Amino acid sequence: MNIGLLINEGPYSHQAADSAWQFAKAALARGHRIQRVFFYNDGVHNATKLTEPPQDDRHIVNRWSRLAEEHGTDLVVCVAAGLRRGLVEENLAPGFRISGLGQLVEAGIESDRLVVFGD
Amino acid sequence: MTQVAEDIEREAGAEAVVKKFMFVNRKAPHGTIYALEGLEVVLISAAFDQDVSLAFLDDGVYQLLKGQETKAIGVKNFSPTYRALEGYDVEKLYVERESLEARGISEQQLLVAVQVVSAGEMAELMEQQDVIISS
Amino acid sequence: MLHIVNKSPTERSALASCLAHARKGGAVLLIEDAVYAATKGSAAQASVERALRELPVYALGPDLDARGMGASVIDGVKVVDYGGFVDLVIEHRTSQSWL
Repeated sequence: MNIGLLINEGPYSHQAADSAWQFAKAALARGHRIQRVFFYNDGVHNATKLTEPPQDDRHIVNRWSRLAEEHGTDLVVCVAAGLRRGLVEENLAPGFRISGLGQLVEAGIESDRLVVFGD
Repeated sequence: MTQVAEDIEREAGAEAVVKKFMFVNRKAPHGTIYALEGLEVVLISAAFDQDVSLAFLDDGVYQLLKGQETKAIGVKNFSPTYRALEGYDVEKLYVERESLEARGISEQQLLVAVQVVSAGEMAELMEQQDVIISS
Repeated sequence: MLHIVNKSPTERSALASCLAHARKGGAVLLIEDAVYAATKGSAAQASVERALRELPVYALGPDLDARGMGASVIDGVKVVDYGGFVDLVIEHRTSQSWL
């Protein structure tokens, strides 16, 4: 099945991004397709390449980039929510793209399932 | 059928997809950004010709209160936007009666015309949806 | 419908609100801090047990284990891993996250 994900929280502060990534990995392992991951609200902070966690911690941003690289997962950051929070093309990590909220509605229309991760 | 005709038919089929979208609002305005950014998604969704409805329950009913005056806290008062939804053909606003009662709010205190429903009816409406977006 | 809850029942009202709307034919999945609701002696135990008479309640095992609660799960609550989470999403036509 085609599954869309919506992530409303930033990395590290809240478990939402971790839960969503674990979900995505498990879905791919079961042969499903992650049609799109849409980052909204503080979720846009998942996309900044300036992220540098301590060495013994997981790198949430790189994990998403790897998902895009290995599975072609479409990682979309909301332009309006990003601008509000200083997330622009120049600091975007590999695999992410910035686009409009319409991409979230489209994910709702085109995916068989949409799962929301937030606070 | 020619390739062109097939393409046209497929295109028409794709355009005909209308899903029931419900935006579930359970959070109060101003304390967090969820109500405001949630409303922004609703406005965009109107351009996709989907069957859109909004549900207000729990603290989400506070979003619809008349008389919100945000000047002194220095944030944007987006509450008038709910009145503009009708212009976007977003006309299904459901408010849960139990949530209003638990907060001492009457329907007359709301800034826009809504349909007040019971928790049971709200549950039924949720069951009918194809996509539920909560924030 | 799959109802997903991620809040501790003693911090927020998300679980109570979810259980007031969940119906036969649906299912409830507790993840993140909501897994505390699936443990014996929690303030939510009675309401979870009441819900179990109507519909299945699942708790995410990795979240239980992370919180030291893997051995305290209420009888009748089914523990699933992330793969099980995916299966529940597939099994139900829609999901609602009670954030």
